[in-house]
Amino acid sequence: MAEPLLEARSVTKRYGHVQALDGASFAVLPGEVVALIGDNGAGKSTLVKVLSGAIRPDGGEILVEGEPVSLSSPVDARRHGIETVYQDLALAPDLDAAANLYLGREIYLVPLLRVLNRSAMRRSAVSAFAELGVELPDVSAPVATLSGGQRQSVAVARAVAFASKVIFMDEPTAALGVVQRGRVLDNIRRVRDRGISVVLISHNMPEVLAVADRVEVLRLGRRVARFTASEASLEQLVGAMTGALTTEGEGGVK
Amino acid sequence: MTGGVQAGAAPAGGATPQPRPREPWRGPAARRLARRLITANETWTLLALAILVIYFTVRAPREFFTLSDFSLIAQNSAALLVMAVGQTYVILTAGIDLSVGSVLVLSGVVAAEYYTHNGGAAAGTGTVWLGAVIGLAVGFGWGAVQGFLVAKAKVPPLIATLAGFGAALGVSYLVTGGSDISSMPKKLTSTIGLASIAGVQWLIVISFLVAIVFGLILAYTRFGRYTYAIGSNPEAARRVGINVDRHLIKVYALSGLMAGAAGIMSLAFFGNTTIAGHATDNLTVITAVVLGGASLFGGRGTMLGTVIGLFIPAALQTGLVIIHVNQYWQYVAIGAVLVAAVYLDQFRRRLRERA
Repeated sequence: MAEPLLEARSVTKRYGHVQALDGASFAVLPGEVVALIGDNGAGKSTLVKVLSGAIRPDGGEILVEGEPVSLSSPVDARRHGIETVYQDLALAPDLDAAANLYLGREIYLVPLLRVLNRSAMRRSAVSAFAELGVELPDVSAPVATLSGGQRQSVAVARAVAFASKVIFMDEPTAALGVVQRGRVLDNIRRVRDRGISVVLISHNMPEVLAVADRVEVLRLGRRVARFTASEASLEQLVGAMTGALTTEGEGGVK
Repeated sequence: MTGGVQAGAAPAGGATPQPRPREPWRGPAARRLARRLITANETWTLLALAILVIYFTVRAPREFFTLSDFSLIAQNSAALLVMAVGQTYVILTAGIDLSVGSVLVLSGVVAAEYYTHNGGAAAGTGTVWLGAVIGLAVGFGWGAVQGFLVAKAKVPPLIATLAGFGAALGVSYLVTGGSDISSMPKKLTSTIGLASIAGVQWLIVISFLVAIVFGLILAYTRFGRYTYAIGSNPEAARRVGINVDRHLIKVYALSGLMAGAAGIMSLAFFGNTTIAGHATDNLTVITAVVLGGASLFGGRGTMLGTVIGLFIPAALQTGLVIIHVNQYWQYVAIGAVLVAAVYLDQFRRRLRERA
């Protein structure tokens, strides 16, 4: 097995009396789509937040290409080439697509005075969208005027434009219609084909089996199973999520 | 936000010049421009101002649209315009600054105190400058404290600046004992206060320069873009690594700085501290920003809109006086226009969200 790009080892996180992560492990291999699944409350979102720098774990280790790192903010994570597409997309609706793409990473015309190079940002936004096969009617229209699917594409394009290693996608299709879901899955494959690994967090098992290369299952704050997607069945995934099936050897329920 | 780049992205082959579309006004670029003009708030605000000006000009052709009246309006509005510039930034972050009138007074009072203890009417140029800098610093500091309360202590802007409004006025009364300080340095009142450059009063020149410079900063720099982003979605701004708290403190400090500048301008113009004269400046200024198309929910608005928005009440006031209508009707009219402007904003926001 290749060395993981990004790995969590025995990560713990406690909120008050709730043990959100109880020694959770997780690995992202180079150039793959790996699905992270689990029932509500299994610790998926907490684990994603830990790995994207949004929260700090109480214990355990995070490794990027085998090196232990400390991710104290999303900016830290980004510096390691890790981007996140949040479920709520985290776009500024009054800014246009190009401005959102470059928010926090502006290109300057006069760097000293922080004068923005709007046309350069717009141009490279247009090509970033084109590369992803995203068609926007107008990159200089406020994001609020775009459809749900188009907004999602903007968020994905932003992550793709800056990620060098891993992109987390938290329920990327949850708010979308059937056609748009198909597009998002295409987007995920395209991103992987560019050599960036994708972590897909989803509740939709057929979708997971359709797009993921591997599946890792969390239950009660720890990893309970790992599958190769092509060899896994819906029943196995559901079984692992509900506790009927445990393949992981690293200790059962205490 | 011009759409010019795509329009220019036509084939760059060069050898065979592309025939221009026969009806350029029907091309996609023209349509986009037209759509943007129609949806831009400034278009409507400017239209409203134009209608007012035309109406009063027709009703009183020789009196209203004369240069002297325009410059009188601009001169009376100079300090308000400078404060409206700061307020625009604050409202764009979905905040509000009620303190501006009192901060104007406090900055003026502190500068005036300095002048009376350093030569009074006969104070030299150096003293005048230093006093102005002190006034600006007072406004900046006061604004920064309010910004800290809003950003770090999470006190709602309405409350933080309402408290600041009262406190600044209270301190002004404490410092002066309740009576205005007059006898300002001649070097201040006879230059900034009265003199003109190329036929335009200094106050007007200063206020428009401030509006232009900070309008450009708002539209073309990172500071401006972060201001829009924070007002639009603070959580998104935070996640891309923008230091939202620090930016908010800067924005409130800027508004305070502008109020400080307005304080010095007011000192120069009136020749005294006019402590009791600025109780409703905040409302005038906020009205201007909102009439100019800025959304109180943040993220939308421009400096051009604010400038236009400031001159609507001013034109209304002058016009009503000239056509001999009781000028108190202006307050009723402005109230109605304000409600209409905010309703329109809400209406369009709902429309947009549904789309």
